[in-house]
Amino acid sequence: MKNEKRKMKNEKRKMKNEKRKTENEKRKNEEREMKMDLEPVIGIEIHTELSTKSKIFCGCSTKFGSSPNTQTCPVCLGMPGSLPVLNKTALEYTIRTALALHCEITEHTTFDRKNYYYPDLPKNYQISQNYACLGYNGWIEISSGKGVKRIGIHNVHLEEDAGKNIHPESGDSKEYSLVDLNRAGMPLIEIVSAPDMNGANDAMAYMTIMKNLLQYLEASDCRMQEGHLRFEVNISLKPKDSRRLGTRVEIKNLNSMKVALKSIEYEIERQKEVLESGGEVDQETRLWDEAAGITRTMRTKEFAQDYRYFPEPDLVEIHITPEWREEIRKHLPELQGQKRNRFISQYGLPEYDASILTGNKLLADYYEECVRIHSNPKTASNWIMTELLRELNQKEWEPDTCPVTSAHMGNLIKLMDEGVISGKIGKQVFSEMLDTGKMPGEIIRDKGLAQITSEDEISGIVEAVMKENEGTVEAIRGGRNKAMGFLVGEIMKKSRGKANPKLVNEILKKKIGV
Amino acid sequence: MKVYELSVKEARDRLLQREISSRELTLGVLERIREIDPKIHAYLEVSEELAMEQAEEADKRLAKGDNISPLTGIPIAIKDNICAKGVRTTCASRILENFTPPYDATVISHLKQAGAVILGKTNMDEFAMGSSTENSGFQITRNPWNLERIPGGSSGGSAAAVASDMAICALGSDTGGSIRQPASYCSVVGLKPTYGRVSRYGLVAYGSSLDQIGPLTKNVIDAAIVLSAIAGHDPRDSTSVNKPVPDYTSYCREEIEGLRIGVPREYFAEGMDPEVANLVHSAIRRMEEMGAEIVDISLPHTQYAIACYYICAMAEASSNLARYDGAHYGYRAPDTDNIIEMYSKTRAQGFGAEVKRRIMLGTYALSAGYYDAYYLKALRVRTLIKRDFENAFEKVDIVATPVTPTAAFKIGEKITDPLTMYLSDIYTISLNLAGMCGISIPCGFTGGSLPVGLQLIANIFQEDILFRAAYAYEQSTPHHKRKPDI
Repeated sequence: MKNEKRKMKNEKRKMKNEKRKTENEKRKNEEREMKMDLEPVIGIEIHTELSTKSKIFCGCSTKFGSSPNTQTCPVCLGMPGSLPVLNKTALEYTIRTALALHCEITEHTTFDRKNYYYPDLPKNYQISQNYACLGYNGWIEISSGKGVKRIGIHNVHLEEDAGKNIHPESGDSKEYSLVDLNRAGMPLIEIVSAPDMNGANDAMAYMTIMKNLLQYLEASDCRMQEGHLRFEVNISLKPKDSRRLGTRVEIKNLNSMKVALKSIEYEIERQKEVLESGGEVDQETRLWDEAAGITRTMRTKEFAQDYRYFPEPDLVEIHITPEWREEIRKHLPELQGQKRNRFISQYGLPEYDASILTGNKLLADYYEECVRIHSNPKTASNWIMTELLRELNQKEWEPDTCPVTSAHMGNLIKLMDEGVISGKIGKQVFSEMLDTGKMPGEIIRDKGLAQITSEDEISGIVEAVMKENEGTVEAIRGGRNKAMGFLVGEIMKKSRGKANPKLVNEILKKKIGV
Repeated sequence: MKVYELSVKEARDRLLQREISSRELTLGVLERIREIDPKIHAYLEVSEELAMEQAEEADKRLAKGDNISPLTGIPIAIKDNICAKGVRTTCASRILENFTPPYDATVISHLKQAGAVILGKTNMDEFAMGSSTENSGFQITRNPWNLERIPGGSSGGSAAAVASDMAICALGSDTGGSIRQPASYCSVVGLKPTYGRVSRYGLVAYGSSLDQIGPLTKNVIDAAIVLSAIAGHDPRDSTSVNKPVPDYTSYCREEIEGLRIGVPREYFAEGMDPEVANLVHSAIRRMEEMGAEIVDISLPHTQYAIACYYICAMAEASSNLARYDGAHYGYRAPDTDNIIEMYSKTRAQGFGAEVKRRIMLGTYALSAGYYDAYYLKALRVRTLIKRDFENAFEKVDIVATPVTPTAAFKIGEKITDPLTMYLSDIYTISLNLAGMCGISIPCGFTGGSLPVGLQLIANIFQEDILFRAAYAYEQSTPHHKRKPDI
C-alpha cells in the first residue's frame, strides 16, 4: 500500500514538473519571438581625483577654481629637465582604496609612460601604471535586482591628470585655443571593473557605491562639479544564455554618474537596434554628446591609439612591504557598514535611519556634527531625512554645499527643544535659512518668531477667541469636547503660530472649565 | 703662465693666496674666449654679464674669508642641455632656440652656492645625440688639437673649451660616452659618475635611465673637486641616490700598489686602430710597473651593447622629446591650419636629422607588436651586460680599456654614415647600461699628434678607486700638461 501511494505521489509530481517545464518553454519561446533576448555586458573605468593637498609629482596646490595656470611649476608644466617625485600620500590613498576593494597589492609597483599627443598633456605622455598596477584582482558587492551581486575589480592604479583645453566659441577667438594646466598633475586613481554588470541598474548601483566608498575612504571628495569623478564605459550585448561576449564599444567623456547612466541606456538601445535588425556592432570608441543625448563615433578600431607604454625611467620601483600594507589596512577609516552599526548603537537610531544617513559619508558627517551641537539624535535624524534630503535631492547639492549647514540644523533643533519655537515655526525658519544662510536665532529674532510662553499674553488671546466663538464654547461645556481642537486652531492662528500649544491647551481648558 | 691656463686647483690656490682675484681670472678667461673661440666655436652663448657679477660676488666672499668652497671664484663652462635660470638653454636645437628656463638645474644651484662663475653654454650634438658635435643645430665645433677634426661629442663644446683654456673646467653630460669620448679626443679628463650620483634635475633628458652629468677638467684632481661639489642626493630627482659625498680629492694619491686592474679581451677587437691600442696597452703596462696587478677578464656580452644601447636610449628619447611640439614653449612652425599640422611642421622644422632618426627608431621599438622583440629584449640584454661587470668586479678593482677605437676623425667623415658613427661608441656605452662610473684620462698622442684617452671603469659608487688609479697614472705621465697649439 505504502509503495503504491508513493508511486502515485511521484507520478503526480512528475506531471506537475512536466507542466511547469512546458510552461517555461512556452514563455521563453514567446519572449524570443517578441525580441532577441539580449543581455548587456558592462565594465566601467572610474577616474577619481584624489583629495591630496599637493599634486602627484610636484608641490603645486590642488585647490579648485584658481585662475588659469597659477598652480603650476616646471614639473607640472613639463618643462625640459624637470623630473617627477611621487607624492607619498597619493600612493597611500591608492593603496587604501585598493585594500577597501579587496585587491591584492603589488609588492613592487612601477610607473609607466602612456604616450599620446594632446595640448593639455604638456609632456605628451601621461605618467600612469600599466605593467605593475598597485592593486589588482579585487571585488565589491552591489545590490542589484536579484539581491547582492559581486563586481570584480580588474585593477586599481595611480596616474596624473591632464590640464584642460578651452576653446573660445564666439567671433574671432575661434582662431585659437587656450590651455589651463592647473589640473595637470593632479593625482588620479583609475579603478577598472571587470565586465560584470548586466544593465543600467547594475551600473548605477556600482557607480553610487563606488562614489560613496571613495568618500568614506577620504581618498576623494568626489565632487562631480569639479570633475572629481569621471567615467568610461565598455559595453556590449550578448544573447542571454551565451557565454561569448559581443563586440565591445567604449564610451568616453562621461563627467557625471547621470551622464554615464544616460549613455549606457542609450548605447544599450542603439546596439539592440543594430543587432535586432541583423547588423553588427563596430568595435570603436564613442563620445557622449550631451546636447544631443546620443553617443557618436570618436574613432574606429583602425585608428585605435598605440600608447607605447614603457617603464617610466624617472621614477624608481616602489617596494610596498607587507608591513606597510598592513599598517595602511589597520588605519582604514570607518566604512559605511561600520558607521551604520555605530549609529544604531551610539544614537539609538532605527536601522532604517542609520542606513539612510550613512548612505552618503558627507551626510553622516553632517548628522554627527548636528548631534554634537545639540544632542537629540532622533529629531536630528528626522529633520535631515525629510527636510534636508528633500532640498539636497531637488537642488543637487552635496550635504556640505547646502546653505543650511550642520551648525544651522543643530541650532534649529536646539531652539525647538528649548521651546523657543514650535516644530511648525521650525519649518518656516528652515526655509528662511535655505534662502538667506542666516543662523536660526537671527531669523527668529528678526522676524519675531519666538514662541509666546507668557501665560498672561496667551490668556488674552484665549479670552478673545472665546468671546468670538461663544456658541462653540457653550457646545463644549455641553459635552462636545471634540470642538476643542477648533478653538485651539483659532488661538494658534491668532498668535500667528507662536503661542506655545501646551500652554494654550491648559489655559483654554481651565477657562472653559472642563 | 696666463691665468686662463690655470687648473681648478692652481686657480684656487692663487685665489686663496690673494695672488689673483676671481674678477681677474674671469676677465682673463673671457678674453681668451674672445680671442680663440672664433676658431673653435665651443660656446653657443657666453654670459659675460652674469659671469662678472658672480666673479665680484666670489671676490667678496674670498675677501671676507667666509663660506669659501673649493669652487669659489672658479670660471666654469656649462653644456647647453643643463638649465640655468635666465640663461638660454637650447640643447643646440632650433626647436629650443628661444627657450630660457625659469629655474636652475640642481647642479647649477650647487655651483652657485659654491660661488663658481658660470661662463656660458657650450655647443653639443643636438639633444646630446651624436659623437662629434656635428649634429648641433647652430655650429660645428673644432678640435683644438686639429681644427680639421671633430672634438668628439656630444659634450664637444665643453671638452674643446677646457682643452683650449677657454674655461678652467666644464660640465658635460654622458649618456653613452658623451663626456669620456670628447675628453679623449681633446686630451682632457672626463668623468661619468655612477648613475644616481649627480642629480639629473634640470638636465634636459635624452635617455633618462642613462644620462649623468659629470666634469670635464684639465686634470684628475680637478675632476675630484668638481664632482665633490655637484654630487649628492636631490629630493627632486627620484633616481639620485642618498649616499654621503666624500671629499674625492682625498683619494688622489700617487700609489696603486696591489690594485687589481682587469683588461677585458673583448675591448681590443677588430676595427681598433693599432696606434690607439698601443697607447692604451702601454698605459696599462705603466700601471703594472707602478705595482698594479693586471688581470685578463671577459665581458662576454659586449658585442650586444651597441644594439642594446640604441634601443633603450632611443625608446626613452622618443618619449622625452615628445614635449617639443610648439604648443607650450620653444619653436612653433608658422601658418598651420590645425593642431596635427602644427605638431608635425614644428617638429619637422625644429629637429635635425639625427634627432628625427632616433625619435623614429625609438617610436618603432616601443610600438605594439615590436615592444617585446625590441625594448623588452634590450632590457634583458642590459641586465646581462650589468652582470658582466658585476662578475668582473668580483675579481678586480677596476677595469682599464680604450675610450674609442680611433683618435678624432675628420669633420664630415662619418656624418653621412650613422651606423659607423654609432660604432665609435663601442667602448663607452656598456658602462652607461650597467650604471657604473668611468673616467677618460689622456694617455698619449698618435703620430699625427692626436690625443688618445685611457678609460678606467669602477663599480657603482666607487669613484674613490677611480680617482686613486687615475691620479696615480696621470702623475706618472706628462700628457695632461701638454697644450694644443692654436
